[in-house]
Amino acid sequence: MSPRSTWRQAGLLVGPALLLLAAVYLYPLGRLFVLSVGGGPGGAGLEAYRRLAESSVYVDVLLRTTRISVVVTLVCLLAAYPVAYVMTRVGPAWFRVLMVFVLLPLWTSILVRTYAWMVLLQANGVLNNVLRWLRVIDEPLRLMYNETGVVIGMAQVLLPFAILPLYASLRSIDPRLSRAAQSMGAGPWRRFYSLTLPLSMPGMATAALLVFVQGLGFFITPALLGGSRVITLAMVIETQVVDLLDWSLASAAAMVLLVLTAALVVGFDRLVGLDRVWA
Amino acid sequence: MGERTSWLVWVVTGLVMAFLAAPSLLVIAMSFSGGRFLEFPPRTLSVRWYEAYWSSAAWWNATVRSLQIGVMVTVLATTLGTLASVALVRLAVPGKSVLRALIVSPIVVPTIVLSIGLYNVYARWRLIGSAAGLVLAHTVLALPFVVLNVSAVLYKLDRSLERAARSLGAGPLRTFTTVMLPLLWPGIASGAIFAFLISFDEIVVAMFVSGSTPTLPKLMFDGIRYELNPVVAAVSSQLIAVTTLALLASAWLRRRTERITGGA
Repeated sequence: MSPRSTWRQAGLLVGPALLLLAAVYLYPLGRLFVLSVGGGPGGAGLEAYRRLAESSVYVDVLLRTTRISVVVTLVCLLAAYPVAYVMTRVGPAWFRVLMVFVLLPLWTSILVRTYAWMVLLQANGVLNNVLRWLRVIDEPLRLMYNETGVVIGMAQVLLPFAILPLYASLRSIDPRLSRAAQSMGAGPWRRFYSLTLPLSMPGMATAALLVFVQGLGFFITPALLGGSRVITLAMVIETQVVDLLDWSLASAAAMVLLVLTAALVVGFDRLVGLDRVWA
Repeated sequence: MGERTSWLVWVVTGLVMAFLAAPSLLVIAMSFSGGRFLEFPPRTLSVRWYEAYWSSAAWWNATVRSLQIGVMVTVLATTLGTLASVALVRLAVPGKSVLRALIVSPIVVPTIVLSIGLYNVYARWRLIGSAAGLVLAHTVLALPFVVLNVSAVLYKLDRSLERAARSLGAGPLRTFTTVMLPLLWPGIASGAIFAFLISFDEIVVAMFVSGSTPTLPKLMFDGIRYELNPVVAAVSSQLIAVTTLALLASAWLRRRTERITGGA
């Protein structure tokens, strides 16, 4: 094949997808960048970014969003590790059952699952009623419209993204290593700390990246479970656009979120390699 | 492995599984409640919320709109994604890794950011409330999943089959339609299922650009945000049923792929 015909073929094959991405992906994102730097009265500048940085409200929002994402990531890693570990040790039938449990929520709409958590966590919701019936509590616990509710809901939504990479990395550990360690007298905890845990670090890193990055930009679950009491970065962006029509501030906040996400993903790619995530 | 540890790990796994499954199961149970509010366990059973869904014009219109948009996204994303995958896997073009990264990148870009960008641009293009606007936006979100699914099969496919077809005189188009397409179809179909589900479930973009013609998720969101409308439980249960079927179909397709590519 001559190089020219290769080029023509490549153009015909990738061209349509690129055209679409240029029009309704790259252009809107570029437009946000222009809006974020062109908002001030003195023409182009960093006015909107300065307003974000100088307002304690927005700094608080950024800190809260990061804090929630960190806690959700930790909860997901702690909950995912035993599940991923069990998945490497069961037979094919049990494995399939566990996989269904992990995959079904992934493909059940986030909206449906958030709705379920609202019904569960309300003041007169299922969880409070069960606890009162068991006489564990007298007054209903406040489980919704605070960070607790947001963390519970987000952790459930993002958990499969932690289980799958952890399972992949635990499965790739050679079982002979563990047997060798055992024969040399290492107990179960010792084998876990000095063998399994370090060898599963790439899977942990991938799981943490997938959960943390998605957590930063999460909108639906915090908006419904947190309400107006737990404002995250994504909710600020929505409010600025829909209610306050402040496009320069919304665009600047969106750019902060985008650059933060991109930096994490690119940094991860350099350190660990993204190919693991797609595999 | 010590007995004690393994016992504990099993219990934790069971609890996490319950944590994953409980919300969906509760919604299904409560969707059959007969009272005016959602309750668990339901005191009386009825299908009134299902009847309310099926007899409501607003819910019906939103469902039809989401189905239409989902089908259009499936066709567009599957076509564009399959063509792009062939070029990205088979052709020696410089800058391939950059192109691939670009096409896959919508997975990590926060949807809220893309949504307000589209909201701004669509307002000037008069695409707010149009089906075309939503179809194009959802196609961007679905494209990565088609490319990942189709590329995965393409990488495993034996290239000598294509070379044999070419050496026997078949042109590139003929080779593609008669040799590659029949072997690729499980990957393509799997990508198509992903594309449909992504569009059918999508809420954030729809919130901003669907205007006065809401999609099903948009109508559900409004029903949840301002009141805990019990009809949403009936809609959710039906969505869970449909998703389960789609997932089973895609598992079946994956098994077919393994048979075609020799379980590589």
